[in-house]
Amino acid sequence: MSSRNSVSSALRLLEGPQTLGKGPGFWAGFAVVLALACAYPLFADGYDVGNNVYFFNWAFMALGLGLIWGYGGALSFGQTAFFGVAGYAYGVLTINLGDAYGLTFFSLVAAVAISALFAAVLGYFLFFGRISGVFLGIVTLSVTLVLERFMSQTAGPEWAIGSARLNGFNGMGGMPSLTIPWPGGDIVLFPDVALYYLTLAILVVVYLALRMLVNSRFGNVLVAIRENPQRAEMLGYDIRRYQLGAFVIGSGLAGLSGVLYTAWGNYITPSSMGMSAAALPVVWVAVGGRSDLTTTLFGTLLVLAGFQYLTIYGSQYALVVMGVLLVVTILAAPSGIFITLGALFSKGLRRRLKRERA
Amino acid sequence: MDFSSGLFSFLYQTGDAFAFLVLSACGLAVIFGMMGIINLAHGEFILCGAYVTTSAVQVGLPLPIAIFLGTAVAGLVGMLLERVIIRHLYSRPLDSIVVTWGISMIATQGTLIILGSTMPGTGTPFGSFSVGGYGYSVYRLVLMLAALATLAVLWLVFTRTRFGILARATIQVPHIAEALGVNTSLIYSLTFGLGAALAGLCGGLYAPTMTLVPTMGSAFVVEAFVTVVVGGADIFLGTAPAAAILAVVKAGLTSWQGQLAGQIGLLVAVIVVIRILPRGLTGFILRERA
Repeated sequence: MSSRNSVSSALRLLEGPQTLGKGPGFWAGFAVVLALACAYPLFADGYDVGNNVYFFNWAFMALGLGLIWGYGGALSFGQTAFFGVAGYAYGVLTINLGDAYGLTFFSLVAAVAISALFAAVLGYFLFFGRISGVFLGIVTLSVTLVLERFMSQTAGPEWAIGSARLNGFNGMGGMPSLTIPWPGGDIVLFPDVALYYLTLAILVVVYLALRMLVNSRFGNVLVAIRENPQRAEMLGYDIRRYQLGAFVIGSGLAGLSGVLYTAWGNYITPSSMGMSAAALPVVWVAVGGRSDLTTTLFGTLLVLAGFQYLTIYGSQYALVVMGVLLVVTILAAPSGIFITLGALFSKGLRRRLKRERA
Repeated sequence: MDFSSGLFSFLYQTGDAFAFLVLSACGLAVIFGMMGIINLAHGEFILCGAYVTTSAVQVGLPLPIAIFLGTAVAGLVGMLLERVIIRHLYSRPLDSIVVTWGISMIATQGTLIILGSTMPGTGTPFGSFSVGGYGYSVYRLVLMLAALATLAVLWLVFTRTRFGILARATIQVPHIAEALGVNTSLIYSLTFGLGAALAGLCGGLYAPTMTLVPTMGSAFVVEAFVTVVVGGADIFLGTAPAAAILAVVKAGLTSWQGQLAGQIGLLVAVIVVIRILPRGLTGFILRERA
């Protein structure tokens, strides 16, 4: 009985003060979107489906940044550092361990854990040093830029871990895809329909889990810290722990993005930690609306799709458009396009917008 | 290598690192110290200064005038951006930082589209001299002097000129300054322009020593960031001593393990320092004095 109670109270956290969307209407919409996402491979060929897994791969990093920046109010400009660390860790682990016995999934978990540990160490110095918003952003940005430069010079044969060559500026390749051990032949998840469903499932689980997290006590305290750190501290919360917690979770999600991306493309380069790579998550999250998980998720997918379209039809202008998009969003729709547009139609959103502007 | 030439080599490298840190950070520090904004487009103002300087040299202007032009253009662009975009975001400091990142993306990629992936450089002037069998560039000594001169001029500007007094008044209590008749919005513009111009100066001074590519700004920003983080809000109590301390760290690690070790060492030093001195050297020194 008690376990049933705890399950139902956990499920109640799926909606609450910190997330937009509640009631049957929202969940019906959620089901429709999910059903469409599940049905998509039926109408497209496997190659396209596999390519489009790309979009989901990035969503985790965006959700993590949304948690740190949108909910926690801490600017982290260096999420790509954790993306890169986890991607390289996955590469090194799988090249050395191989893809048998489900070791790729062990490597996935281990790589995410490594990036979360890295975030915990860095975050300890930052948050327990009581670094304020601005400095947090530039220190994390510096970390990712220095990592990029470090990985870029690992071209020589002396830069190898076990049998995995780091390969410098050209990046590391040749790591196996995620592989499910199966009696009668392992299932290798090449970019195809199976990988699509796996990534979609992880995305849905992460999205719902984050909804529960931000509506729990932890999330409420986190938002209280964002709104007014002094007040939260006076009320007796150790704000450093909450911010560090959010930072580690968000960075672990960036790591998950890194692993999924590396396993998807069998490839990772130092430029995935560079200046423009680091800017993109900030654009996605800012444009979508960082203070809500759902808007962050849809904003990310929308901007990514636009970016991809531009890259095909005029690659060099894509980054300029991203920059313009970021500037215009911050100036004209600081809560993100969805909430600003939605406010034209809904009174509740208008009130929320007013509160955020204040 | 005997002891004295070894010592000279170390001093030369430390001085070189000091010049690099001071010149790349002071524009960022002026804007941050005065306005509380970290300008993520800092590297692109450096880029602007470098490109303008090099173009001016290529049409035949002497280097000092070319550097002056680079500085002036970067400063004017900075003032323009402040007027058009950043002005609207003073009530939201964190958003203003994100906006400067957007500007940075536009500028880097725009330069790549318009001017191509690289620009022919001009070569380092003045040649070299040798001490104890090792060659040293004379121009690097000029850069060290330029760094010291920049600090001196900034000190004079902020303590001895009308603009400096008004700027400091505006920063301390904006409303009172305004009530006393200071045109604070002009002061903000000028301060941002000054920071951008200092970045342009850095770009102009280093243009002869570097390959000119659209992403060259990011070669400066890490050093500039860490110097400002260690230094804190005050350019004289913070940035200058921070640059001096970090220069020793960087020169030591660079001569021991190479360029990259120097940079990694800087970053690690910074992360440790902020754990101990959250308000940077400025906070530390001010607390000692209080």
